[in-house]
Amino acid sequence: MARPDNNGLARLEAGLDSLAGARSAPRRRLRQKLLPPLVAVAAVLATWQGLYLAGVQPDWVLPGPAEVWHSLADAAGRGEVWSSVWNSVSRGGLGFLVSVAVGTPLGIVVGRSRTIRTAVGPILSGLQNLPSVAWVPPAVIFLGVTPGTIYTVILLGAVPSIANGLIAGLDQVPPLYLKVGRNLGATGLSSVAHVLLPAALPGYVAGLKQGWAFAWRSLMAAEIIATSASLGHGLGQLLKQAQDTNDMALAFGAIALVLVVGIGVNQLVFAPVERRVLRSHGLTSADRS
Amino acid sequence: MTLITGQTIREAVALDGVGKTFEGGPPILEDISLSVRSGEFVCLLGASGCGKSTLLNLIAGLDTPTAGTVELDGGHAALMFQESALFPWLTAARNVELALRLRGMPRGQRHTEARRLLSLVRLEHAQHKRPHELSGGMRQRVALARALAQGSEVLLMDEPFAALDAITRDVLHEELIRLWQHARFSTVFVTHNVREAVRLAQRVVLLTSLPGRIAREWTVDIPHPRRVEDAAVAALSVEITEHLREEIRRHGQT
Repeated sequence: MARPDNNGLARLEAGLDSLAGARSAPRRRLRQKLLPPLVAVAAVLATWQGLYLAGVQPDWVLPGPAEVWHSLADAAGRGEVWSSVWNSVSRGGLGFLVSVAVGTPLGIVVGRSRTIRTAVGPILSGLQNLPSVAWVPPAVIFLGVTPGTIYTVILLGAVPSIANGLIAGLDQVPPLYLKVGRNLGATGLSSVAHVLLPAALPGYVAGLKQGWAFAWRSLMAAEIIATSASLGHGLGQLLKQAQDTNDMALAFGAIALVLVVGIGVNQLVFAPVERRVLRSHGLTSADRS
Repeated sequence: MTLITGQTIREAVALDGVGKTFEGGPPILEDISLSVRSGEFVCLLGASGCGKSTLLNLIAGLDTPTAGTVELDGGHAALMFQESALFPWLTAARNVELALRLRGMPRGQRHTEARRLLSLVRLEHAQHKRPHELSGGMRQRVALARALAQGSEVLLMDEPFAALDAITRDVLHEELIRLWQHARFSTVFVTHNVREAVRLAQRVVLLTSLPGRIAREWTVDIPHPRRVEDAAVAALSVEITEHLREEIRRHGQT
């Protein structure tokens, strides 16, 4: 192996490799990431406070940020807030997991079978356009005001998003990968596991993220409409209670909580997963530049 | 099988009267009879539309011929493409290991074997990199290691270096010949680059276009190491190019 000719090739290659290695851009600093959204939130709060001080509307219609905060703190002191948040989050989380369990196989089957796709595809995209709140009345008639109603509405909202995301991901798998997979000996299930699903992962994760957003919205719609003592108290019921008692500060507070939970789950769970998947697939802008 | 002085020389690839027509279209390939000896390096040369890639798909068993027969020693051939077609979600080492796994190699051996194959193409230092972190030439070397990992007698290459810059291509030519001399896999290399064909092959087969048939073939006796600039390589390239141009001209007269 120590032929001078060979050695020359090795060094030539090493030179080419080191000249051509891709350089990844440095990560953005935490400050650069956090500062702009914080400034935006502060601006919204300041505008709100300004309108409140200017007295454009009476206090009971437009309470100030401080009143909303106190009202939430009071409710939290009575334990109402925490149990509402916990009830809603656990319902939303469980409903989402069941939606994933249903939407994933559905997406694979519809994405891979032409016949089933022609039949079911339009229904799935249609369902995605239907606001899931529309399912609440029939679900209440059929199942009564029960947890079953709430989970039905969550599933009908989230399953189409998850399935459609996976279908889009499968559609974008380059045919070359499937060809390579077949040449490597991946057929049937092993082709699905080793080629198809990993290649479709970016679309699937986007679908999961949207599925969570739909699950959370559907849950709120269901909780606001379907309230009963037996059902337990969620954030939607907290909103409804605010409406019944004409308590605008509590209503604003509950909306703020709904937003915080929705955004929080997105930022803490889905955003990191999505970043990792995109980076591992070489799809982030940082790696391209 | 051909009998020579009582010894059998195995044929790695045997095509007999192979034709391919896609439904409702004109024939793409017609009456292709070609045999590749075990350990031989053959370049298929032709202009666009000669069905080179279709022919490779037929040999690889990814498609079936509408006429004739395809026989493959060991029943399987490894394929390499113009794009590396490495899976972007796996590191270089994992890409190679996947080929070993799908071939049925036990888990315990895969890691060592993948490292060995990557060191064959001198990329052990890049084993943890993902494809998008590698240059085009490095990706093709990983793809070569993955193809070798399939353990096939036959390696089919579909214009694997066409997208690379001239310097990198030259280096990969040298690398491929070095590996071929070392492991003696039978190679069918498709290209439209005449000098590349003469630089690499023992035998250059010229295909006509629409439909693709075998027009002529040349045996290349120039000893390795060859270079694209060598006088002998250049002279044969000029001769073959003249025939290739003649083939293309035929399509200008309608």
